[in-house]
Amino acid sequence: MLADVKFDQFLDAKGMSCPLPILKTKKTVETMARDQVLKVETTDPGSKNDMASWAKRTGNEIMKVEEASGTFTFYIKKTS
Amino acid sequence: MANKKMTIIASKGSLDMAYPPLILATTAAAMDVDVTIFFTFYGLEIIKKGNADSLKVSPLGNPAMPMPVPIPTLVSTLPGMEVMATAMMKSMFNKHGVASIQTLLDMAKESGVKLIACQMTMDVMGYKQSDIIEGVEFAGAAAWLDAASDAGINLFI
Repeated sequence: MLADVKFDQFLDAKGMSCPLPILKTKKTVETMARDQVLKVETTDPGSKNDMASWAKRTGNEIMKVEEASGTFTFYIKKTS
Repeated sequence: MANKKMTIIASKGSLDMAYPPLILATTAAAMDVDVTIFFTFYGLEIIKKGNADSLKVSPLGNPAMPMPVPIPTLVSTLPGMEVMATAMMKSMFNKHGVASIQTLLDMAKESGVKLIACQMTMDVMGYKQSDIIEGVEFAGAAAWLDAASDAGINLFI
């Protein structure tokens, strides 16, 4: 089994609907330094695609996505 | 690289129709898009002071609105139906973790979304500039066209 990705910040966006997980992610990433990693947890099934689109457009990197019992976990490296 | 641009004309003032412009505007801002919203006609209701969380939705003339039990159209005209439908929709939104209109409006302002109120419709409806929330500019069709001419996404809602 792969070791957990190390992260610098954690954002709990569980229970939030579109567009809040994206808005909170953006807000958090803005406070971080380049190359730091943000771990985000969501329960919005739409967030899986949304997060990918957001990362593509803002030039940030999704290092890893996990999906377990209705919770999505994203590891996002700030590369913007 | 210069940011992409989007403009939205928000022309509706019901609770359901206030969501799309604000959801798209806040999300676009989070995706580094420069956004302008032009509020005109009933869309002005969204940016009237203290009004964002008082917008209503009516089941009347909206056969697609989900109701707990089927309601004949005529019943939708009864007093209290609009209040009930509004309370129902708000509780549905709340249950699903959807932000309120006021929250989205605050987030839009915070993320630098440019808000313009249509001066002409304000005059027609008898609204004063002091009736509108802080941070809104007042202009007309030319201001929207100026912004829209440089934008890749222009929506009329």
